[in-house]
Amino acid sequence: MNRTLLEVRGLRKSFGALLASDDVDLEVLEGETHAIIGPNGAGKTTLISQLAGNLFPDRGRVLFAGEDITALSAPARARRGFARSFQITSIYPDFTALENVMLAVQAHSGSSFRFWRPAREEPSLRSAASAILEEVGLGGRSGVLAANLAHGEQRALEIATALATRPRLLLLDEPVAGMGVEETQRMIALLSFLKGGKTLILVEHDMDAVFSLADRISVLVYGRIIATGAPEEIRANPEVRRAYLGEEVAA
Amino acid sequence: MNSRIRAIVPAAGLVLLAAVPLAAALLDQPFYLDLVRRIMIFAIAALSLNLILGYGGMISFGHAAYLGVGAYAVGVLAHYGINDGYLQWALAIGASALVALAIGAISIRTSGVYFIMITLAFTQMLYYLGISIEEYGGDDGMRLQVKSQFPGLIDLNDANAFYYLVLAILVLALFLGQRLVDSRFGMVIRAAKSNEVRTRSIGFSPYPYRLAAFVIAGAVCGLAGALLVNHTAYLTPEFMNWTRSGELMFMVILGGMESIAGPVLGAFALLLLEDALSGWTQHWQLVLGPLLVLSVLFLKRGLAGLVFAKNE
Repeated sequence: MNRTLLEVRGLRKSFGALLASDDVDLEVLEGETHAIIGPNGAGKTTLISQLAGNLFPDRGRVLFAGEDITALSAPARARRGFARSFQITSIYPDFTALENVMLAVQAHSGSSFRFWRPAREEPSLRSAASAILEEVGLGGRSGVLAANLAHGEQRALEIATALATRPRLLLLDEPVAGMGVEETQRMIALLSFLKGGKTLILVEHDMDAVFSLADRISVLVYGRIIATGAPEEIRANPEVRRAYLGEEVAA
Repeated sequence: MNSRIRAIVPAAGLVLLAAVPLAAALLDQPFYLDLVRRIMIFAIAALSLNLILGYGGMISFGHAAYLGVGAYAVGVLAHYGINDGYLQWALAIGASALVALAIGAISIRTSGVYFIMITLAFTQMLYYLGISIEEYGGDDGMRLQVKSQFPGLIDLNDANAFYYLVLAILVLALFLGQRLVDSRFGMVIRAAKSNEVRTRSIGFSPYPYRLAAFVIAGAVCGLAGALLVNHTAYLTPEFMNWTRSGELMFMVILGGMESIAGPVLGAFALLLLEDALSGWTQHWQLVLGPLLVLSVLFLKRGLAGLVFAKNE
């Protein structure tokens, strides 16, 4: 049995009268790929923003590797091994692909209060970043400005950036959003490659991606987790079908 | 070809600047020596502002504060008969760094228009402080009776020697500035400007890096202030006037924010233009204003974008 890596207890967040997270309990096991699905407006983005420290809950706790991280900032969580990608691609458009990743490597290898030596000439940063770009299939694009990469490449670059922080947990917010069929297939292949070696939280609308990748799925509806289980269980769960999956799965 | 141009332009600029004292002597126009020395001092100040404005994305509308603090450090010590240059300049740099630390510690917690206004407000406070202290001449300011003394090293009363000292400091500032922005530290402040959320998500809290950059910029500008008061031999709160902060911003934006040398070009363009136009008409600002507007509209990367080719 795997250990619990991330544990969420009674998480609650409201915006005025809107209860976006309603006593959410969630457990992500070490090494699993855990998908969070739910209809639009279910509170997925609010939930994962609280996991990553971009937003703070009104109540409840978030434990990471046994440590209470509820009050920690996003950078502090990142330093403990919590990496994320964003629904809207978040990269450094005016840096090259290699520089994007090198910066993330730099964040986790020694002090950055160094003023003399050019960072781009540090062989350890370069080689680590190059290896990760290779891994996500951007090996040949390292010198290209991130702004000039194709959309799918930018998504892959963002994942490379997250991987470069050597995370224990990688939170992916709609990694195939806005992608064409071919790009989606490539991204799913990349995520399958990462799966198992890393603990992944996958928030996704694309059901092909979810059911082909997830070990377990949690279904979020109106800020509540209504079910958690293996893909077959979720498929078969009548409450889930009624609330969300509907004809898409039945078809 | 591009790399050759990139190497030739700074070298040619350096040769030109080094030849100014000779040319001024041959033409019997000591005024030019004075003018270029003044421009170089402002270039150092603009360069320091660019570290936080161009590279750090911190739109400080109060950078003249450090020009003033540096100048007052020298002037006040001289007022009490302490003319030792090492001590004066060390105080100019140290006091500016401390003031920048205090202003930065508060301002950097804000962003956007609040940051602009709060840096402006702090500088205005210092400006009115300068006006209110009668002992140092109030709003009239005071003369610097004796220039900073560096016995055995250099005599600032020697116009050529002073000129070359300013040139040397400018070159050193350019060199160190380039090292800084390419270093790990420089990458972090550039990253925080480019995408703060991403930067936090990979594990950097931008605040301490921004504050350190703010202090470094203040310290370098304080040194420019020490040079300026020796150059003018006069000290006035006007050094800290908000229009002065605006001029420094203009030099940076006109010259180009994505290059270390850009603000130097900006300082030369702005001050030479100002000099030429003011000799031609009393209403020179009417001409200068539209020119600046046009440059902002059409020179996206500033003058540096015209002179230097883009990296990638």
